[in-house]
Amino acid sequence: MQNILSLFEYQFFQNALMAAILTSALAALVGTYIVSRKVVFISGGITHASFGGIGIAYFFGLNPFLGAVAFAIASSLGIEWISTHGKIREDSAIAILWSLGMALGIIFVFLTPGYTPNLMSFLFGSILSVGMADIIVLAVVLLFTSLFFVIFSRPIVYTAFDPEFARTRGLPVTLIRNSMAILVAIAIVLSIRVMGIILVLSIFTIPQNTALLFSGKFSGIIKGSVLFGISGSILGLITASIFDIPGSAAIIFVLTLQFLISKGVAIILRKRKKTRKSSATGEEKNSIHEPHIKE
Amino acid sequence: MSQPLVSIKKVTAGYNGTPVLKDVNLDIFPKDFLGVIGPNGGGKTTLSKVLLGILKPFSGEVTFPGERPNIGYLPQISHIDHSFPVTVKDVILSGMATPRTWWKSLAKEHKAKADNLIRKTGLSGLANKPVGELSGGQFQRALLARAIINDPQLLVLDEPDTFVDRSFEGELYSLLEQLNKTMAIFLISHDIGTISSMVKTIACVNGSLHYHPSNVLSAEVLKVYNCPIDLIAHGPVPHRVLKNHG
Ligand SMILES: Nc1ncnc2c1ncn2[C@@H]1O[C@H](COP(=O)(O)OP(=O)(O)O)[C@@H](O)[C@H]1O
Ligand SMILES: [Mg+2]
Repeated sequence: MQNILSLFEYQFFQNALMAAILTSALAALVGTYIVSRKVVFISGGITHASFGGIGIAYFFGLNPFLGAVAFAIASSLGIEWISTHGKIREDSAIAILWSLGMALGIIFVFLTPGYTPNLMSFLFGSILSVGMADIIVLAVVLLFTSLFFVIFSRPIVYTAFDPEFARTRGLPVTLIRNSMAILVAIAIVLSIRVMGIILVLSIFTIPQNTALLFSGKFSGIIKGSVLFGISGSILGLITASIFDIPGSAAIIFVLTLQFLISKGVAIILRKRKKTRKSSATGEEKNSIHEPHIKE
Repeated sequence: MSQPLVSIKKVTAGYNGTPVLKDVNLDIFPKDFLGVIGPNGGGKTTLSKVLLGILKPFSGEVTFPGERPNIGYLPQISHIDHSFPVTVKDVILSGMATPRTWWKSLAKEHKAKADNLIRKTGLSGLANKPVGELSGGQFQRALLARAIINDPQLLVLDEPDTFVDRSFEGELYSLLEQLNKTMAIFLISHDIGTISSMVKTIACVNGSLHYHPSNVLSAEVLKVYNCPIDLIAHGPVPHRVLKNHG
């Protein structure tokens, strides 16, 4: 116990904690949109495509984060365009983008003379090396994204649920969907720092699916995801430090555990509700002794 | 006769360069009740999208001779994600959005209007339920409420009766009859029986469009229109549309 408490005294752990909380909150918002629209696979494509940007930026001595953002936004908007204009098979296009991004990334990282970056940290994240600059960028983007979601909550839901109807009501559907595509891209790239390319989608999907067990409302899923995401990543980070294992993997483990426990709780709650309802009206007896009459 | 609400002139439309509708003409006048029939894949939904302005035609034009009418839309239910996390009330309220107010929060009277429609469409008690918990028929009724909440001058309905249960069917039709007193209705339906008892005129859509200025059609006319419809599924041939031959 003392060991755990003393962890919080270290600067690197405080930074990691801040980064985990901010990333989880950002992923809670953006992930709710991704899960609701069922575009998890698309988000995987964007994530992996961004590695191409990282490799190219390294090669030319630029900021790898900016390279990743540029690639992610371009692929996000590209897929949004394909899905509305649909001249090619969308799922195949995503798979091509996915692997091409990774290929470009690895080619350019290998071509970069001298210092080669630690590939493992890109693929699996490196939460313990997060610095103050990362945290400030995360905080600013989270603030902006929260404002966007609060101000445009209705149009976001309307255009995600039924874009054609929204268009008949005069909503600027393309503008809203493209803005969301850009936000998705930025949120994913920022989260790669903590979770890594391969593991990042977990924080955009697992807390959301846990929240879905308790709410069928877009705003309810956001709230639930914030709760489950933040608590899960804090617990995951502590677990990682205790057992000396990678933070991102530990976070996923805790988030999945949360989901499984919640699933159990949800099933029990539903059963209780049913028995309470039927025993209150005496239906339970009837349904056992009298067979339902079919027309 | 007054001027049409919408005028479709020589429209050719489709997807990815392949036309589905060819050289289609149609005028819709205030308080029309137009039944649109035709085989699956004949282009009924495509025609409705051109009319609504969500599909740009390859050639020809859609004009609004008067002021641009407010159009209500009930899409084909199979084209919408039934599991999206949104409540019945929020779905219905989305019909209140307009080009100038879509970003504003909703006024109290809008919510009262939604409550009223929830009662009218038999969805009382389901207002705050996610649409995923509704039956197909209930979901369709919520979408109908969304289509009419903003008092449109033209109501476009794409197969509103696919899932609607027997008990609501009668209510749906009397609701449409009542709505037709204040708005034109463009009703796509598979169910020729529906068409027979409700509509004033009929359009047959199968690549091209044949307008029939009454609600009585004979099998011969349907053949001439090249408008085969599946009659077997509907049991006895509805008397008012298809005159018995022989
Ligand atoms: N978004 C789309 N992209 C490509 N083809 C489409 C699209 N929507 C419909 N089609 C095609 O257009 C034709 C007409 O479809 P539709 O208007 O939905 O017919 P209907 O409503 O009469 O059943 C069909 O062959 C269909 O496959
Ligand atoms: Mg159709």
